[in-house]
Parts: sequence; C-alpha cells; structure tokens
Amino acid sequence: MTETPEKVAGVEVGERRISIPGFTEEGENLAAETNSAADHSHGGLGESKNVTSGAGSRTNRHIGFDLSGFPDPTGREEEWRFTPLKKLAGVLSDVATDGAGTDREPVEYQVSGAVEGVEVSTLGHGESPRGAVLQPADRAAVVAYKNVDDALHIKVTEGTEVAEPIRVDITGKAAGVRANSHLVVEAEPNTKAVIVLEHRGSADYNGNVEVKIADGASVSVISLQRWDHDAVHVGQHDAEVGKDAKYKHVAVTLGGKIVRLNTNFRYAAEGARAEMYGLYFADAGQHIEHRTFVDHNSPRNSSDVLYKGALQGETARTVWVGDVLIRKEAEGTDSYEKNQNLVLTDGARADSVPNLEIETGLIDGAGHASSTGRFDDNHLFYLMSRGIPEDIARQLVVRGFMNEIIQKIEVSSIRESLAEDLERELRISGH
Amino acid sequence: MSTLEIKDLHVSIETDQGTKDILKGVSLTINSGEIHAIMGPNGSGKSTLASTIAGHPRYDVTKGEILLDGEDVLEMGADERAQAGLFLAMQYPVEVPGVTMTNFLRTAKTAIEGEAPKLRTWTKEVKDAMEKLRIDADFANRNVNEGFSGGEKKRVEILQLELFKPKFAILDETDSGLDIDALRVVSEGVNRAHEDNGMGTLLITHYTRILNYIKPSFVHVFVDGKVAEQGGPELADELEANGYDRFLTPAAAAV
Repeated sequence: MTETPEKVAGVEVGERRISIPGFTEEGENLAAETNSAADHSHGGLGESKNVTSGAGSRTNRHIGFDLSGFPDPTGREEEWRFTPLKKLAGVLSDVATDGAGTDREPVEYQVSGAVEGVEVSTLGHGESPRGAVLQPADRAAVVAYKNVDDALHIKVTEGTEVAEPIRVDITGKAAGVRANSHLVVEAEPNTKAVIVLEHRGSADYNGNVEVKIADGASVSVISLQRWDHDAVHVGQHDAEVGKDAKYKHVAVTLGGKIVRLNTNFRYAAEGARAEMYGLYFADAGQHIEHRTFVDHNSPRNSSDVLYKGALQGETARTVWVGDVLIRKEAEGTDSYEKNQNLVLTDGARADSVPNLEIETGLIDGAGHASSTGRFDDNHLFYLMSRGIPEDIARQLVVRGFMNEIIQKIEVSSIRESLAEDLERELRISGH
Repeated sequence: MSTLEIKDLHVSIETDQGTKDILKGVSLTINSGEIHAIMGPNGSGKSTLASTIAGHPRYDVTKGEILLDGEDVLEMGADERAQAGLFLAMQYPVEVPGVTMTNFLRTAKTAIEGEAPKLRTWTKEVKDAMEKLRIDADFANRNVNEGFSGGEKKRVEILQLELFKPKFAILDETDSGLDIDALRVVSEGVNRAHEDNGMGTLLITHYTRILNYIKPSFVHVFVDGKVAEQGGPELADELEANGYDRFLTPAAAAV
C-alpha cells in the first residue's frame, strides 16, 4: 500500500484540495510550516488563512432543524455525491416510525448496565438537553429528529464512574420498514462511561445520537453496525466535548446493505481530547459510508481520526470523507486524520477524501493521510522470510491491519466477538 | 554438517530504465560453523546476494545455482527457504502493523519447526533471549518493528536468529546504524548462535568495525557483482588500512 493523499480512488478532489506548505507524499504535517508562515504573514499573527472556499467548505454547510432547509437530495450535493440515493428513499422521507406507539414498531431498544448514578428516561421535543448538541446537517438527520416524539435519554450523573459498559441493543425486526430513533447521552462533570450501541437485525433505520460531555468527563461511544444483509442505516452522531474532557467514538460497520454514518464532534472549551475511530468491512453489494467532521471551534484541543476498511467482492463499496475544520479561534490545535483501505479482491471500490481546512496558522499540528491499495509485498516478504507460508502471512497482515482499530475498544468481550466476526468475513474470500 | 553452495550466480532486476544486471557470476561455499565476511563498496551487489538467497521476488536469477545440502534453493519459496534453515537478518526490517511480536514469533517458529512450540518453554525461551539482547520485555506486546528505533529493529532480527536456530544466517549490514553498545550486544547474539547451533554465517558489511566482535575465517571482497578477491581475516585488516580503492581503480593500484 502506498500513501497517495492526492489521488483518491478515481474521485476528483483537486478543486477542493487545499494548497498549503508542508504537504508530502506521506501525508501532511503542517504545524511548523503554517506557524512559520504565520510568523511571516502579511497581516500579522492570527490572520485568517482561508485555504478552502466554496460549497465544499464546512463553514458553509447548512445545518438546522427546519426541514425546508434540506430539500430532497439529487445526488449532486457535496454530502450526497457518493451515496446510492434511490436505495435510501425509505429513510429520507418525512414520515413517522411505522406503527409508532404500538408494539408493531420495527425496532426494539434494550438498555442494560444502567447502574446507580445512571438515569434512563425519555425527552420530548423541546425538553433540554435534547437538540443542544445535535446539529442536523442533512435531510436524513432532520427527518429523524422531527419524527421522534420521545428520545431515549441516558444521563450519567456528576462524578459517577461506570465500570461496565452501558449497552443499548438496537434490534431491527422488519427489513424495509421505517424506524426513526434519537438517543441523547449526557455525561455530567467528572464522569466516566462507555456506551455501546449494538445494531442488529434489519430495518430501514434512521437514528440520531447526540452526546454531551461535560467538563472533565471521559466518554466512549462504541457503535457496532452488525445488521443483517438487508438493513439500511443512516445516522448522525454528534458530540460536544467539554473542558479537559475526553471523548472517543468507535464505529464498526460489518453488516447492512447500506450504512451511512456521519460522526462529528466539536468542543465547548479548551484542553479536551477527542478521537474517532472506524473499522469497516464491505462485501459484494454493500455500500458502507462514513463521514467524519472534526470542528476545532475553540483553542487548545486535540483530535485524532483513524478509519480503516477492507473490501472484498464485486461491487463492494466504501466511502470515507473526513472533514477537519480548524477555525480562526482554534489556536493551539493539534489534529490528525487518516484513512486506509485494503482492497482484497478485484471489482471493489473505496473512495477516500480527507478535507482539511485551516483558518489560523497558530496551531500545533494538522495532518492528514489516505491510502487505498492491495497487500504490501514487503510485509508479505518479511513474514515469509521467517518461514510463514503465504496464506498465513496474508492472514496476519489483514488481521493486523484491522486489529489496529479493534485494539482501541476498551471492552474485551467486544474485541473478542468482533475478532470472530472478522474471521467469518475473511473466510468468505479465503484470507 | 550442512553446506550452502552458491555457484556462478547471475542476478538482474527490473528497473524503470530496463533490466539491470547486478550479480555477474558469484561463487561461494559456506559450511556449518564457518563465518564468511562479504565486504565491498556500496553498490557492489552485497545486499542483492542476501535478498536473492532469501528469495525476494524482486530479484531475477538469470544463471547459476544456490544449493543447500544439494537441494535447489531457487526452486523454493521464501517461506520454504526459511523452513529449510536459511535466515536473513535484514538491513531494513519491515514494520507489520497490528501483528504483535509474540504472535509473530510463535507463528514463525511453528512454521519452521512444523509444530507449535510448547507454550511454557517457548515463553521462557523468548524471555531469556530478549534479556540477553537487552530488549525490553514490553516489546513482546508491541507490533512487529512498529515504532522501534533502528537499533531496536536490528536486535529484534538477532532475537529471531537466536530463536529460529537456522543452519545458515545471512546478516545484511546488521552493523549499520548501531552504536557501540548495540553492536556488541548484537555480535554476542550472533556468536552464541554460532557456538550453540554450529550456524554458518554470511556476514555482509561495508565496514570492518563489526569484525572486531564477529571473527570471520574467510573474507570475500565484492566489486561490481563479483568476488574480486578472497582470503583470510588478514584481508579485512588490509581493507581497514587501505580501503577499497585498489579494487575500484585497478590501473592505479598496479603502479
């Protein structure tokens, strides 16, 4: 696999690419260059450096709760250009959950692990903090928001440290049947919690998640997409990270016919660390799309994004679009994002688009990298030169590639069961 | 007692500029327990010889033979060569993300021996070998070569050499990039393998420094893809004093 940040799987990204010092074939590391550029800038320190403009810029993206702001997408919009829209019709329409309020709802929600200090309730429209963090950025998110009367609310009260994960099992019971969902996670100051969202079964599922992380809190959200092969899932997961807080979002997408997740975070203050990790495995006929947006909207925060994917089979399709916006006020930002795709067979297609917008030169670091390719022959040769047969060497390399994300999950039972799932996926292609 | 024979080996590689001949007829015989040093200026083909013996797919053998106890090595894949008892300590060991050292070492040992090592004795063996090479115990849980310094990577190569117990080891500029302490530790590892297992060694180096620690019985000088001269350890001393100049400009040397 070679690092090719500029050429991204046949997708024209040139016009939206920024041109800034520090770009190398290995990705970018901009801190020194942009800082020195700022030192010598024509307008003095802190001058805004507009390196991206136009419709692609995240500063211009429409957000809001008003459906009229989000007309039916045509597929030409920046945020929809990779998505098979026709197949998403079932989750983009402005309709309620099928059989809402009855026992015929297509998706079941089961919360477990809510120990003392964890409150589980619901929030109606207008009930705080519902809507405080979520900023619907496409039609899917706004129709789901509108069409959920009672959002599930999980609150970790101040000072509570939850040792075991809080699980939300989201189980679809009817393929092709519409379900809207909204989860509000609220971590009060100095709390610690791991929230696991496990999606299984099948439905046309449109789910928003918002996570409010107060000062000094540490929250992980592990979202597992282990749907049946006929499920459709769109969702927006937003987080706001408080002062000196920690946030980690891990998305693992193995199942589903079409999965499109937008995971985003921004900051409420300074001194926070936020991470987004993702792992996906697309087989023939699957479309798996992850979009990440890191909004460095305040100074002295750090972020890290790493998404890794494997593809096998004709028509296996993955998309990763990673936006990072370092706003003018976000001095002292340290940020990195990377996407790597391993293409195991012919006929699969991975799109990978890292977008970095920097409006201040006064940052500690901002880098991005993307690579999409087949096996690295040097890895294979190294292992084989130690006596390891080629098929086992390939297995080690593929498992190792994916293991980097699995290692980020702090729940050992999930690590183990994901490893088993991945073994099953790999057996399909004989790796 | 084993023998590694290299007979009239010609090797070329494909480059953007077309086919390039690197080795132009190399013959060498190494027996168990012998240490041979191959010395020569940069670009003389030393590393090509190492990679070709190990079976790197980039190198195309156009003529000649490599035999291990009479078996045709060129017919074997890289994995089969290692299983047959050849080991290449690489100049630039590769990082393999997500694969832990522990998993890698056990998988390789299993492949070489044809059966999994007994867990208890193996764990101890690995631990002891790491201690002797002054490799931090924590490295066992790290991914293969990932984030290791140049010196740490070389130590880990020698760790494998000690654990896999090959019949013949090719050390490709193992000394490059090592400070004096690391050089000593690494050399001790090679000498242990030599004494304990009767390993034959092909030591490829540009400098004579490592020869203070690993004593060769035979020295071969490589120039332009061929052995230009061979002799005993005294040849290395002469190179130390005079450098490679006389091999590079034969006319001048004759004066």
